[in-house]
Parts: sequence; structure tokens; C-alpha cells
Amino acid sequence: MKIPLAFIIGCILSFLFFVMTIVSLFWIPHEVEKLNILERLKGPSYQYFLGTDHFGRDIFSMLMVGGQTSITVALIAVSVGMIFGIPLGLLAAASRQSIWDDLIMRSNDLIFAFPSLVIAILITAVFGPSAINAIIAIGIFNVPVFARVTRGAALSIWTLDFILSARIAGKGSLRISVEHILPNILSLLIVQGSIQFSLGILAEAGLSYVGLGVQPPTPSWGRMLADSQTMISFAPNLALFPGITIILAVLGLNLLGDGARDLLDPRLQDKIR
Amino acid sequence: MFSYVFSRMRVLILSLLFASFIIFLMIEIIPGDPASFMLGINAEPETIQALKKELGLDVSKFQRYLDWITGMLAGDFGVSYTYRVPVSELVLSRLGVSIPLALYAILLSTIIALPVGLFAAANHGGFRDWSVMGFTQLGIAIPNFWFAMVLVLIFSIYLKWFSAGGVPGWEKGILLNLKALTLPAFALALPQASILARVMRSAIIDTLSQDYFRTARASGLTYGQAIFRHAFRNALIPVLTIIGLQFSFLIAGAIIIENVFFLPGLGRLIFQGIVQRDLIVVESVVMLLVFAVVLVNFLVDMAYLVVDPRLRGNK
Repeated sequence: MKIPLAFIIGCILSFLFFVMTIVSLFWIPHEVEKLNILERLKGPSYQYFLGTDHFGRDIFSMLMVGGQTSITVALIAVSVGMIFGIPLGLLAAASRQSIWDDLIMRSNDLIFAFPSLVIAILITAVFGPSAINAIIAIGIFNVPVFARVTRGAALSIWTLDFILSARIAGKGSLRISVEHILPNILSLLIVQGSIQFSLGILAEAGLSYVGLGVQPPTPSWGRMLADSQTMISFAPNLALFPGITIILAVLGLNLLGDGARDLLDPRLQDKIR
Repeated sequence: MFSYVFSRMRVLILSLLFASFIIFLMIEIIPGDPASFMLGINAEPETIQALKKELGLDVSKFQRYLDWITGMLAGDFGVSYTYRVPVSELVLSRLGVSIPLALYAILLSTIIALPVGLFAAANHGGFRDWSVMGFTQLGIAIPNFWFAMVLVLIFSIYLKWFSAGGVPGWEKGILLNLKALTLPAFALALPQASILARVMRSAIIDTLSQDYFRTARASGLTYGQAIFRHAFRNALIPVLTIIGLQFSFLIAGAIIIENVFFLPGLGRLIFQGIVQRDLIVVESVVMLLVFAVVLVNFLVDMAYLVVDPRLRGNK
């Protein structure tokens, strides 16, 4: 089987993104919480790879540390979506056409009617801005996504013969869901996870940009963009580099997810080619 | 057909009731009451009581929920705590920015996406398809507020073609305002158009393998004619669905983009409301945004009736 180029690019970009963030846990070129006004607004140089910001902080170091925020928020938000969404989807599929199925799917539609940012705004209005509230807002939005994907995939597995034999063997719906349905749809859910993960990074950047996410001095890509906005006319590199970092990370994860889905589902591949 | 319309109506109304309940509940858990917040810590208890009465805060919670809903149905959204003017007035003045912006962005994204998707599908598997898909991947990955900043940098700061923010107001003429909304609308439309183009492409490709498409080709239509007459219309159903779903993202995007361009729309109003703890404004505007999303999805469901004759039967 030929591995598509887009998938390889996705793997490389995602790998770089994770390596950069993990390295930042142990080592960064310059301190990000120490201000050095003498060195402010420097262009890219040998000492400061991507230049410095208005407080003299190294942009490259801030981008590395900002990756931690993005990964943490997006990862937890996706986990929240999976922890609640997958059981709901399995339950809906196991009790299809029943009141449970209806109830779960209808409430999913209702949550979908709330734009994620509007949920975040409501939560912020009540509890004040913080990383945790950003996680909750993005997580709530992820629940219906996973519930829907899980239900759809599980329904098609439920019609297969080996489920019937499991039933004859005396297994109940719960055991079948956990032992037979879940392992068979897991790859699909992981692919969906990678796509939601990249959406989470975008959402976190957006929330931080409008001041509803991580609070200073913790570096975050969205906040870096917000800070750079007033200086864009004389220091465009402050705005360009965080933006390009976000794009590369999101692009990498999307290509990885799409590619993995095509590789996992040969039928889909035939259809496209 | 009537049962279809009726069931969609029921979803619409239930969604709104559910949303209003959640929003009211969320705002209710906020500690402290607005009356004492407005009057400061030195206020006399009698003054607070009087203001509470004036704001309608002295009745039971259930009664307040009912008042809020029935008020909104009659167009009365309550009185802003900070501006001391009816919220409906505030909202109406902001809608003049938000609605044109949303329509402009949807129009742009549709005008761009449908031909692009069609083009990619017609050449599918080829280099042109491949490069179009590459660009749409990029479009999805670009945060729209960053794209907005880049647009400002290029078109406002370097080229000086557009202003970097604000709107002149509708009394200054329609063209000037549309010009001011062009950069924000483009920034909003980019990710939407990318997604829509991908959906359009795969929907068209799906129809290409259908029997009716082969029949159309066999009956002598050229490839282009067959795509235009038969594939296009059938592809419109998934495309419509996505346009409806995207509206919710568009609303969220507009809240951010309005902040980038300092546009006096609903998004800015929400943020001012949060900063000033003007909760009745936050509550009402959020409800209005949810209403817009639910209404658009209802309209999309109705549009299926126009596109898909099968739904018009007695099913």
C-alpha cells in the first residue's frame, strides 16, 4: 500500500510540534518570565532565533512554552469529550430506537446549537477567565461530537454476525459494548480525537486571544497574538511567528488524522481514487 | 410535508426553551446581586431594595425566568445595568453591524467554495484537485483572527486600501460600510470556504459514481453538462447541511473578529457586558445568538424542501 505524501507531512509536523513542546519542559533558549527591556523588539538573529517581543522575551522560547498550554488544554478537552461522549454514544447505539437513544441524540443537537465560544463566554461571565474554564468550554463542545461518531460507528458493528454470537453466548448489552464494539471502533475514535485535538488548539488560541483563556504570565500562542496586535505596524514578526506556529501544528494534526482515517478504511480509499 | 415542517418546528421551540433555561441557570449561580453591585458597598439597604424592585429582582426565581422569557417574546429584553437603557435598544443598534457581517461572510464563502469544490471534483485525482485540496487544508488550519491581522497588515498598513477597523455608520452610505466590512468578512469566510469547498468536492464525487450520472452521460450529455445538471443539485443537500452547521462557528468567529476590527457588533457588546458585569446584557445577547443558530438550522431544514422534492411527499 502506498502511503500518501500528505500523511507523511502530517506525521513530521505533529512530531516536531510534540518534540518542541517536550523539550521545552527541560530546556529553553532563554527565560520566558524574565523581562529584559534593553533587548526588546529585536529582529531574528543568531542569539534570538525569531527575535524578541516588547518586553525583550525570546519569541522562540515563548512559542515552545506556549505549546505546553495548547497541548494541555486541547488534550484535556478532548479527553473530557471522550470520557462523556463515548459511553453516551455506546449507550445510544446499544438501546437504539429507544427513548434513551432519542434523548441522547436530541440533547446532543441542543448542545450543538451553542457555539463553543458562547459556552466559554457564559462560563467566563460566571467564574472568571482561566485555563480550566477554557478546557470546560471546549470539552463540553466535544461531547456531542464523540457521542455522534461513536453511535454511528457502533450501529454498523451491532448488525454484524459476531455480535449475534456474543448475544447467543449470553453476554449483555453492556459487556458486548465494552468487549466487542469498543475495540472495533477504537481506531476511528482515535482519528476523530486527533482532529478534535487540532480544533481544540485553534479554540484555545481563539479564547486566549480574546482574554478568556490562560492568564499572564503563562505564555500562550493566542495571547502572544493579542499582545502583538498593537505593534503589528512596526514589529510584524511578533504576529507572524505565533500564527505560523499555530497553522503548522493544526495542519500537521489534521493531515495526520485524515491520512490515518484513509489508511484505516480501505473502502474509503477505493471510493476516492 | 406538514408533518416534516411540524417536527422541525418542535425541535426549534424545544431547543430555545432548553437554551433559555441553561442560560438563566448559569447567570443565576453568579454570586452577589446586580443591585448591590451597581450601588457600591456604602448603599443603604432601602436604596438597594428600591433598585431591586425597579430592576424586577424582588420576585421569585421562577417568576423572573417567566418574566424574562415572556419579555423577550414581546421584544423587551430588560434594562442594561450599566447603560440604563433598554437592552433591546443596545442590541438593535449592534445588529446593524452583526447581521450584514454574517451575511457578507456566508455569501463570500459560498461564492468562493462552490466553484472551487466543483472545479476540484471535476478534475479529481489530478494535480489541480490535489493543489486545491492542499489550499483548503491550509485554510482550515489558519486561525481566522490571525488571518484578519495579516489582512490588516497587508491591505490597511502597507497598501492602505482599507481602514484597519470600525464602520462609518449606515447613514454615510451603503458602499462605504460594505467596504469597511470587507476585510472582516474575508477573515471570517476563509475557514468556512475551505470546509465548504471540501464538502462540495466530496459530495460531487459521490454523485459521479451514481447510476443516474452514468445514464445522463450515456444519453449524450458532456461531462460538464452532466455535472452541472445532475451532480450539482444532488450535492446541494450535504452542502446545505454544512452551511447550517457552520453558522454556529460563524457566530463564534464573528465575536472574535469584531474584536480584531473594533466593530460595534453583538460580539463587542457581550465583552463589554462581561467586563462591566452587565449580566442582563450577556444573558440576552447569548440567548439571541443561540436563537440565530437554531433559526438558521430550521431554515436549512426548510431549504431541503426546495432542493429535495422527495421530502415534499406525504412522508
